[in-house]
Amino acid sequence: MAKLEIRRLNTWVAGLIILLLAAVPVVATAIGAPFYIAQYSRIMIYALAAVGLNLVLGFGGMTSLGHALYIGIGAYSVGILEFHGLTNGWLQLLAALAVGGVFALAIGAVVVRLKGMTFIMITLAFAQMGYFLAITLRTYGGEDGRAIGTRSQMYLFDFSNPIVLYYVIFACLAGTLWWVNRSITSRFGMVIRGSKSNERRMLALGFPTFRYKLVAYVISAQVCVVAGFLLANLTQYASPSFMQWIVSAELIIMVILGGMFTVFGPVVGALAFLLLEEWLSNFRSATFPAFGELVNEHWLAVLGVFVIVVVLTARNGVYGYVCRRGGGQ
Amino acid sequence: MSLFVAQILNSIQLGVLLFLMSAGLTLIFGIMNFLNLAHGSLFMVGAYVGATVAAKTGSFAAAIAAAIAATMLLGVIVERTLLRQLYARDHLDQVLCTFGLLLIANEVVRYIWGPSPLFISVPAMLDGTIRIFGQNYPAYRFAIILAGLAVVAGLYLLISRTRLGMLIRAGANNASMVSALGVNIKFLNTAVFALGAGLAGLGGLLIAPLVSVQPGMGEPILILTLVVIVIGGIGSIRGAFYGALIVGLIDTAARVYMQIGLLQLFERSVGQAIGPAIASMLIYILMAVVLAFKPQGLFPVKHG
Repeated sequence: MAKLEIRRLNTWVAGLIILLLAAVPVVATAIGAPFYIAQYSRIMIYALAAVGLNLVLGFGGMTSLGHALYIGIGAYSVGILEFHGLTNGWLQLLAALAVGGVFALAIGAVVVRLKGMTFIMITLAFAQMGYFLAITLRTYGGEDGRAIGTRSQMYLFDFSNPIVLYYVIFACLAGTLWWVNRSITSRFGMVIRGSKSNERRMLALGFPTFRYKLVAYVISAQVCVVAGFLLANLTQYASPSFMQWIVSAELIIMVILGGMFTVFGPVVGALAFLLLEEWLSNFRSATFPAFGELVNEHWLAVLGVFVIVVVLTARNGVYGYVCRRGGGQ
Repeated sequence: MSLFVAQILNSIQLGVLLFLMSAGLTLIFGIMNFLNLAHGSLFMVGAYVGATVAAKTGSFAAAIAAAIAATMLLGVIVERTLLRQLYARDHLDQVLCTFGLLLIANEVVRYIWGPSPLFISVPAMLDGTIRIFGQNYPAYRFAIILAGLAVVAGLYLLISRTRLGMLIRAGANNASMVSALGVNIKFLNTAVFALGAGLAGLGGLLIAPLVSVQPGMGEPILILTLVVIVIGGIGSIRGAFYGALIVGLIDTAARVYMQIGLLQLFERSVGQAIGPAIASMLIYILMAVVLAFKPQGLFPVKHG
């Protein structure tokens, strides 16, 4: 079960990571390595999506293998509206949330009644539906996706300035963490977590669990829509590959790696996973150049081994381990 | 008319292919309560091994034997070493571990055979067309249909008429009871896994001459397979058969007739734009409708 009380060690760790993330643009500018800003912007976007996913995955017990769909919806809202000349970011965001909300409500109404394996398969299938739909949209780039010429115009915030974009993403992540942290101990969060551990009992107590779970699913999807909106602005691209099922699986891996039953775990997981990915895909070995090349070329296989090892040995995740050490359960 | 016949045959061909995949996946799920996302990788390995053997020996029969043997062997090895530990665990763990396997399989295949796609030719004997319902149809595609239907019949006999089949049915119903009655359930699990792997390998080989054999080729068909077993009812082999035919029919027909129908309703540009989009979504919409009314699928397993 989730750890509700603020324990010393994990609060310190979480606070330190937040501070380090806040300092990235300053340090990157100081050492003259601005690419770190884009790199950590991307990491925080996936962290945001993973935190959103964890609301249903960790706290609601709903294993969604289809949250990449919502990242795609967010990204395509920017891409499609920009194509038609609408660059007002607030309107784009509104449209993204509206479309994402309709999809999440419709899909959620079908899936939240389901359990276990069926839930996994259906969410996956719906996400694939979105993926194939995006591929058929030839006007908007089809299989290749479409480059977005103009970033969203947010007026107050100038997205073409990478540092501004970085801090907007940072604020979204911090705000979401704050909200999730509050809501999982609220009545709403308690009902969600209660129906994870024993839905029949919650129903017997008179809670309409279907509605609560649906709301949790929609909120979780909308967090991913925002992540997609930010991702389109960061990469200036909207592509079907954003909603490949690989992405959905990677989001789950981030959550597991960081610690599924914690609020902050997914952030640690996203950092660890994406930094590992970065390190492996640029792997060089001075002593064994051939080995370095092999890893470099087939780094996805190394990632696969890593995933299996994490699942088999470290169910609580990195941050979950810290929580346990810090709190002692 | 001629288009209609060809489309029906094409959809049956897709259907039997999906059945080869979904029969194994649904049996594995029914007995071990295990979702194998790497099932598509077995399909891919079957295609690669078959293509290589066909190129080396020139014999398609040898390719079939090699593809089935290689995927069964691979299935047994992976089941014995890794997957067995996952049966008792959370579905989430199963999904992630098999996802990891899928990544590894893609890279191993890329390492052995290189990144560029392989092509194998249709066996010479089947390299023509046959006349069926007054219509020319590629003989190889027709052979796939026949082979698939033969597998359906064989599987039916295996499951309803043999001792192993009886144990499989009993295992799907209540695995712990079967184990308590003294049946070696571990051996049964391995046997079922090998059977499913072999069927997937056969499917991969059969389709290999019609598509390009490349890393990741199993993933699109895996997703369709999941739709099939959800529509048919998870764990039900009968459901897998009907589900495969339904999905094959709708997926094929939608792509052709949706386009034609929409072109009559709307002007050309609109019809061309939304036709493929709706067609690609149709089977998922069907799945949602089935689940809304029959959450257990159309042909659920009867328990008790």
